[in-house]
Amino acid sequence: MLALNNIEVVYDHAILVLRGVSLQAKEGQITALLGANGAGKTTTLKAISGLLRSERGEVTKGSVELDGDRLDRLLPHEVVGRGVVQVFEGRRVFETLTVEENLTAGAHSRSDRRAVRDGIERIFSTFPVLEERRHLSAGYLSGGEQQMLVIGRALMSDPKVVLLDEPSLGLAPQIIEEIFDVIRRLKQEQHRTVLLVEQNASLALGIADHGYVMENGRIVLDGPAATLRENSDIKEFYLGLNEAGTRKSYRDVKHYRRRKRWLG
Amino acid sequence: MPDLPWRFILILSANGLLVGSMYALVALGFVLIYKATDAINFAQGEFVMFAGFLAAGASNLAGFPWWISALLALLGMVVFAFGLERVVLRPLLGRPVIAVVMATLGLGFVLRGTATLAFGGGTQTIPLPVGDEPFLLGPLILPPIELVGAAVSLGFLAAFGWFFLKSRIGVAMRAVASNQQVAMAMGINVRRYFALAWALAGVVSALGGVLWGAMLGVDNQLALVGLKVFPVMILGGLDSILGAVVGGLIVGVVESLSAGFLDPLVGGGTKDFIPYLLMIAVLMVRPEGIFGRRRIERV
Repeated sequence: MLALNNIEVVYDHAILVLRGVSLQAKEGQITALLGANGAGKTTTLKAISGLLRSERGEVTKGSVELDGDRLDRLLPHEVVGRGVVQVFEGRRVFETLTVEENLTAGAHSRSDRRAVRDGIERIFSTFPVLEERRHLSAGYLSGGEQQMLVIGRALMSDPKVVLLDEPSLGLAPQIIEEIFDVIRRLKQEQHRTVLLVEQNASLALGIADHGYVMENGRIVLDGPAATLRENSDIKEFYLGLNEAGTRKSYRDVKHYRRRKRWLG
Repeated sequence: MPDLPWRFILILSANGLLVGSMYALVALGFVLIYKATDAINFAQGEFVMFAGFLAAGASNLAGFPWWISALLALLGMVVFAFGLERVVLRPLLGRPVIAVVMATLGLGFVLRGTATLAFGGGTQTIPLPVGDEPFLLGPLILPPIELVGAAVSLGFLAAFGWFFLKSRIGVAMRAVASNQQVAMAMGINVRRYFALAWALAGVVSALGGVLWGAMLGVDNQLALVGLKVFPVMILGGLDSILGAVVGGLIVGVVESLSAGFLDPLVGGGTKDFIPYLLMIAVLMVRPEGIFGRRRIERV
């Protein structure tokens, strides 16, 4: 189990971004982390993966633990070594490397060449389109193919926990469906733990077991995904539905209610 | 139209290609650092000079045979570059590029000064077992030291190219060059690859120092080889290794032709600045160089 215990994150020794965030991603489950832009979702992921430090941020209070071992003082490559890997938002492939080289780079933490080769073949069987493009520079792939590649690349390290940041961002609905199907299979077939950050709450709650809602650097609400789907506030602000279950325009929400705060 | 002196052009071009491949070798050190760490090493020429002094000192002062001297220079430069990265450049990580540029510029002068202090101001020789008798190949007259220099340079460039493109370490180096933060997230220890890039730049400088030192003699002027790297780099593209090779060959040939044709007309000296004219022209027409990376744009 991946657990964040009351962590506080400060950028540049001055800017408080996360204030006492606690959450748990249970083993073999999909946990969704929802919230608006700037709520602190990505920062939470970077606090786990150790990448905060490359952006002059640090975890000043609390702890990040994987099965009881602390992660928050490790360097990013050491966190990957422990089996936790982050997939960035925005499909950040190594543009100048080929598809196959991207996957090879993802397996950097593993020394067994044979396992790396088998891993690449497994990714190709999950995403056949990548096999067709294996010798093409990743910069020339379509958006959907790049999203598949970054997920595949992360899986090359054979992680226990996958941190996924906005996998649906900027993709066509059909591609999103395909990507989410793969995420579901990460859990069902490969028994990996997934922490999924999404703005698209209905999609995320559709496949998640448990969900957290963030605002302004705090967790304001959490519960089983099924419960959250029925929560009237969630419905109104994240799913865009009103009490009667019909679609509601965001325009109709009174201005002062648009940014509703839960007091967590 | 008067008959062009073809044989003369051929001889000049052949010599230019040989010298050019040695420029390419030195340029590789520069490209490596730029690609892997985004830093520009303005002390590359001084690295070459320093390696030359190490080799010359080992053979002239300590009396070692040439190959031990060359090995010592190689080892010394790797240790030096490695330590430099650790002590001076790592603390500058994440600072503005100008900080690194100034640090390497300053380092260049420190190296020149200390080399003169330690080894004296005179010109020293590196006694490679290469004859003076020119090698005749058809109409060509090729100095043996240039042949050896070109062979070693091209051999190293080919070996490095294979390593960079095919090995897992090479793939990781390119991943770091492509995007440092993502490379970190993929479990790549980025700092280790920075150190590796500097160590390789040390190897390149050592080879360059021994070869150029044997050809020109070792003194402070040897550092000027580093200045020739700039037109090479701009021609080929700052971040392209193939570009460094092609740029090196072009600069070598241009320099050789201008020495043969323009120097007699104006009384000499053009070979020292024509490559820079070429560089400025390229900057105006095609700033990313021949093989430099334009951002990949998807349509």
